[in-house]
Amino acid sequence: MLDSVISYLGSNTTPGQAGNVVWALIYILIVFGGVSVAVMAMNWLERKALAHFQIRLGPMRVGPHGLLQPIADAIKLLTKEDIIPERADRLVFWIAPLIILCASFAVYVVIPFGPTHAITDLNIGILFMLGVSSLSVLGVVMAGWASNSHYPLIGSLRSSAQMISYEVAMGMAVVSAILMTSLNRSGTGTLSMIGIVEAQQRQQIWYLFKFFPLGFIAFVIFAIAMVAETNRAPFDLPEAESELTAGFHTEYSGLRWSLFMLGEYAAMIAVSSIAVTLWLGGWLRPFPNALTGATWDLVFSLFPGFLFLILAAVAGVGVIRMPKHPYFRVQTLGLAGFGFVLGLIGLVLFAPPVRDRIQDIFWFTAKVGFFMYMYIWYRATFPRYRFDQLMRVGWKVLLPISIAVLIGTAVVGVVF
Amino acid sequence: MTPVATPFFFYFLAALTLLSALLVITRKNAVHSALALILGLLAQSGLYLMLYAPFVAGVQIILYAGGIMVLFLFVIMLVNLDRSQKEEQFNRQWVAGSLAAIALGGLFVAVFIKGKALFPASSAQIAEANNTQQVGELLYGQYMFAFEIASLLLLVAIIGAVVMAKKRI
Amino acid sequence: MVPITTLHYLVVAAALFMVGVIGVLTRRNVVIVLMSIELILNAVNLNLVAFSRLWGLHGQVFAIFVITDAAAEAAVGLGILIAFFRNKETVNVDEVDLLKW
Repeated sequence: MLDSVISYLGSNTTPGQAGNVVWALIYILIVFGGVSVAVMAMNWLERKALAHFQIRLGPMRVGPHGLLQPIADAIKLLTKEDIIPERADRLVFWIAPLIILCASFAVYVVIPFGPTHAITDLNIGILFMLGVSSLSVLGVVMAGWASNSHYPLIGSLRSSAQMISYEVAMGMAVVSAILMTSLNRSGTGTLSMIGIVEAQQRQQIWYLFKFFPLGFIAFVIFAIAMVAETNRAPFDLPEAESELTAGFHTEYSGLRWSLFMLGEYAAMIAVSSIAVTLWLGGWLRPFPNALTGATWDLVFSLFPGFLFLILAAVAGVGVIRMPKHPYFRVQTLGLAGFGFVLGLIGLVLFAPPVRDRIQDIFWFTAKVGFFMYMYIWYRATFPRYRFDQLMRVGWKVLLPISIAVLIGTAVVGVVF
Repeated sequence: MTPVATPFFFYFLAALTLLSALLVITRKNAVHSALALILGLLAQSGLYLMLYAPFVAGVQIILYAGGIMVLFLFVIMLVNLDRSQKEEQFNRQWVAGSLAAIALGGLFVAVFIKGKALFPASSAQIAEANNTQQVGELLYGQYMFAFEIASLLLLVAIIGAVVMAKKRI
Repeated sequence: MVPITTLHYLVVAAALFMVGVIGVLTRRNVVIVLMSIELILNAVNLNLVAFSRLWGLHGQVFAIFVITDAAAEAAVGLGILIAFFRNKETVNVDEVDLLKW
C-alpha cells in the first residue's frame, strides 16, 4: 500500500483519475477540514462585516476583535438541550439535516482547485453538481414537515418552492456557459469542471467577458439565482426572523441547527465555486494573455505572500490600538500572536517552491472569497423580497432572460 | 476508468435498490415510503454509472430524485391524514394480487432460462469519455421528432396539472 | 466470483418490476400506488440501460424519454389525486368508486 501512496506523488492527475483510493481519502479529508474552517471564518466575517456596515463593532469580547466567537458559538450549540417536538416524526426529523449536509458536501468531490487539484474529475461534473445540490430541497421539505408545527411547514413550502424555481434559471445560465466551451475547432464541448476551465484557458478569455454582454448577463443571472438557491438575503423570506421565526429550522435546537447552518454555508461556497469555475476562469490568474511573460508571472505569484503580510500589518495596527489596561493584556497578546502567525505564513508563501505550487489554489480561493464577501454585502444592503415578488422574479424575469441569453449565445457562437 | 471491486458495488447497490423497493410497498407512513424511494433511485443511479451510462445517471438524480420526488413529497404533505395511517394498509385482494405477481415472476424465470443464448456474457467497453456527446447526437439527430413531442407532452402535463389542482377553473 | 454480466442487471430489473406490481395491486393508499408505478418504470429503465451496453446507445436515449414521461405522468396523476382529495377527503383507492360525484 505504501508504494501506491508514493506512486501517486509523481503522477499528474487527480486521485480519481489515477484510481488511488488512499490519496482520494486524503484529499477528501483536506477539503472537508478546509470547508469547516471556512464556515467558521465565514461566521465571524459575517458578524463583523454586518456590524461595520451598520456602524457598530460586532463581537469584540470573546477573543481579540471577536476572533474566538465562532468557537464560543460552536461550544454553545453543542451543549444545548436537544428538543424534539412531541408529535414529530422522529426518523424524518433526524434525517432531514443529514440530507442537506450530505447533499451540500457531496458537491465538493468535483470542485477544481487547480488543473490536477480536485478529488476527481467526472466527465459529467457540472451535471453532477447541479443534480446533487438539488437534493437539498428534499431535506428542506422533510425538515418542515417533520417538525409538526405550522411555522416550519409554511417556511419549508416557501423555501422549497423558491429553490426549485431558481434552479431552472440556474440551469439555463449554466447551459449557456457550457455552450461556450464547444466553440473550438473540433466543435466538442465538455461538462467536466476541469475541462471548462481549460476551455477558457484555450480560448484565452474568461467566459464572463466572452461575447460581451452575453456572458456577463448569464453570470449575473447565475449570481442572482445562486443567492436565491441558498436562501440568503435578499431572498431569505423563508428563514427571516421577523417573518416566520426561522422558517423550516424553527424546531431544531443545538447540534441539529448547527448542521443546518453548516449545510447552508457549505452550499454557498459550493455554488460560488460553480460560478467561479464557469465564468471567472477557475484557477487562472487575472490577465493571463494581456500580461504574459515570466516577470508578470512573478508579480502575480507574489500576491499571496503580500496578502498575508497586509493582514499581519492590520493585526499589528489592531495591537497598537488596543487599550493599555491590564484587563486587555491577554487579548493584546493573543492578537499579537495571531498577527505573528499571519506574517510567518506570508513569509513562507514567498519561498519559490511554495509560491509556485500555491498559485492555482490561491486564485481559486480568492475568487470564491470575493463571492462570500458579496453574499454578506447583499445581506447588509438589500431589503427582503416578498414571496410573491420572489416567485415573479424567478419565473417571469430570470427565466426568459436566461433563455434569450442561451439562444443568443448559440446564434453568436455559430455565426462568429 | 476501470471499475474497482465491481462485484462488491453491484451487489451492494442492487441490494439497496431492492430493499428500498420493498420498504416503499410496506411502510404505513407515506413519507417513509417516499424516503425509501429516493434511496432506491439514488442506488439505481449508481447502477447506471456501473453500466457506463453517466448521462442517464445524472438525469436520474436531477429529474427523478430531485424533481419528481419533491413533487411527491409536496402532495403527501398536502394529503397526509393521520386517519389514513390507522386504516388497513393492504386491500382485500392482496392474495390474488400477490399470486398474479408471482406468476409474472415465473414468466420472467421461464424467459431467462429459455432465452439464455440471447444474453451474451459481456461486451466491449464503450468509451465513457464522450457518452454525453453521443447521447446528445442521437437525441438531436435521429430522435429529434420524439424530443419535440416529449417537450409538447411536458407542456400539456403542466397545463393539465395546474388546471386540475386549481380551486376554481 | 462470477463476473457481473448483463443477466445480473436483468434479474435486478425483474425483481424490481415484481415488487412494483405487488405494490400497485395490493396497496390502498393512492400515493403509494403511484410510487409503485414509478418503481415499475425504473425497472424498465434499468433493463433498457443494461441492454444499451451491448447494442448501442439507443437504449439510453429511450431511458431518458421514459424518465421524462414518468415526470409528466406523476404530475398529472398527483393533480388528479389532489382534485379527488378536495372532494372526498380520503386517499383510499377503495373509495374511488363513483363515476361522478
